[in-house]
Amino acid sequence: MSEPWTQIELDLAEQMRGSDIISVRQFESQELRTLLSIVARFEGDSQPLLHGRVLAALFFEPSTRTRLSFESAMARLGGSVIGFADAGISSASKGETLQDTIRIVESYCDLFVIRHPREGAARAAAEATFRPLINGGDGSNQHPTQTLLDLYTIQRRIGRVAGLRIGFLGDLKYGRAAHSLVEATAMLGNELILISPDSLRLPHRRVGELRERGTPYEETPNLAGAIPELDVLYVTRIQRERFVDPLDYERVKNAYQVDRATVDQGREGMIVMHPLPRVNEIHPDVDSSPRAAYFEQAKNGLTVRKALLALLMGAIE
Amino acid sequence: MSDSGPRRQQQVAALRHGTVVDHLSPGMALKALELIGVPQEGAALIGVNLYSEKMNRKDILKLENLELTDDQIERLAVLGPNASVCFIREYEVVRKVRVTLPDRIAGVLRCPNPNCITNHDRLETRFDVEKKSPTTVRCHYCERLIAESEFTLL
Ligand SMILES: [Zn+2]
Repeated sequence: MSEPWTQIELDLAEQMRGSDIISVRQFESQELRTLLSIVARFEGDSQPLLHGRVLAALFFEPSTRTRLSFESAMARLGGSVIGFADAGISSASKGETLQDTIRIVESYCDLFVIRHPREGAARAAAEATFRPLINGGDGSNQHPTQTLLDLYTIQRRIGRVAGLRIGFLGDLKYGRAAHSLVEATAMLGNELILISPDSLRLPHRRVGELRERGTPYEETPNLAGAIPELDVLYVTRIQRERFVDPLDYERVKNAYQVDRATVDQGREGMIVMHPLPRVNEIHPDVDSSPRAAYFEQAKNGLTVRKALLALLMGAIE
Repeated sequence: MSDSGPRRQQQVAALRHGTVVDHLSPGMALKALELIGVPQEGAALIGVNLYSEKMNRKDILKLENLELTDDQIERLAVLGPNASVCFIREYEVVRKVRVTLPDRIAGVLRCPNPNCITNHDRLETRFDVEKKSPTTVRCHYCERLIAESEFTLL
């Protein structure tokens, strides 16, 4: 926190004051890099920058970890939190529209974070209020604070978020965290190795976007062949429900389990990430490896959220 | 009205009074009619997958005794980035309008993503045009990329 803010950081902070965080698509790559350098200023203890401010955390579907992270971030900045933890206890269960709920709660708070099972809900909510709003996950669409904490983790560990070879492993068809990080890392200029069983490959239209952008990428089912080339291995959860045949699930699950022997094939400095919760994609024997970055991700999530709350409230000094 | 076929034969009968919507993307004529509505005082002639020098294949829609409004013409743009609209009086073209696709489309289309908020809460749909030919749009809310073949009208 000691270094003075650069002009480019101050400009971005000014631009973000009072705005919304809906999607990583809203940022240019230079803005993302600047945002990550601002986040680093929020490491460690914080001043009570948001004393007296109220965050409304409206969770129309449960997500305990995201909610706790936002609550902790707000508390550490001296603010307080109101809200609900799932739609059953909100008036959404009585048929109230999302936009009506937002208009009512807006008089009780200074900013919002919303989590909703439908795609586009955060954008719709943001349009109903002048207060800043953060998307805490809208269906299978976006979860920008997850993407930012993933990028911040890469930045902290490797020192840059461009010019890397990043492997995405597992369910690339449905995994929202992977989709969003694929988009962001492609925009920042990285090479992507997409490792998945044939049935869980990245959707066509997303692959098409990579091609149009000119992002170097490779699709392969072979983890062992890909791993020695990687700087980052981003592992995602493979869910049993995605498979029609339970035997297919068993095969894939075993083929893609990442253990100490697997990660030791990686080059020096390669890190292993996971959006968590993990089930058995990563063997616990990786936890003690210096490559394991997944528990840091949760800690970095807190730092990212503190920074965003302060930026949107214009409370940076 | 020049590219009416290799032998310049009339592929769809000529109109005396009315509007011709030409150079719709193949398969879009029925959607265009749906968008405009069946004319009250005249016939609607539809040509699907006709030969076109310019586009290889095209659709055409002829509406008897009906002049489209500017608003209707603007809405037609989503069904064919090359579309043109001709107003006909006594078999003569009296005015020709090139349809232009705006950068943003409000209403008109439905988002094909069943889990999009616009299919649940009462919100006007909005799409940003990402590519003009073939038309590809992105839902302003759920951010899904939508190809022309997936377009469904509201
Ligand atoms: Zn949508």
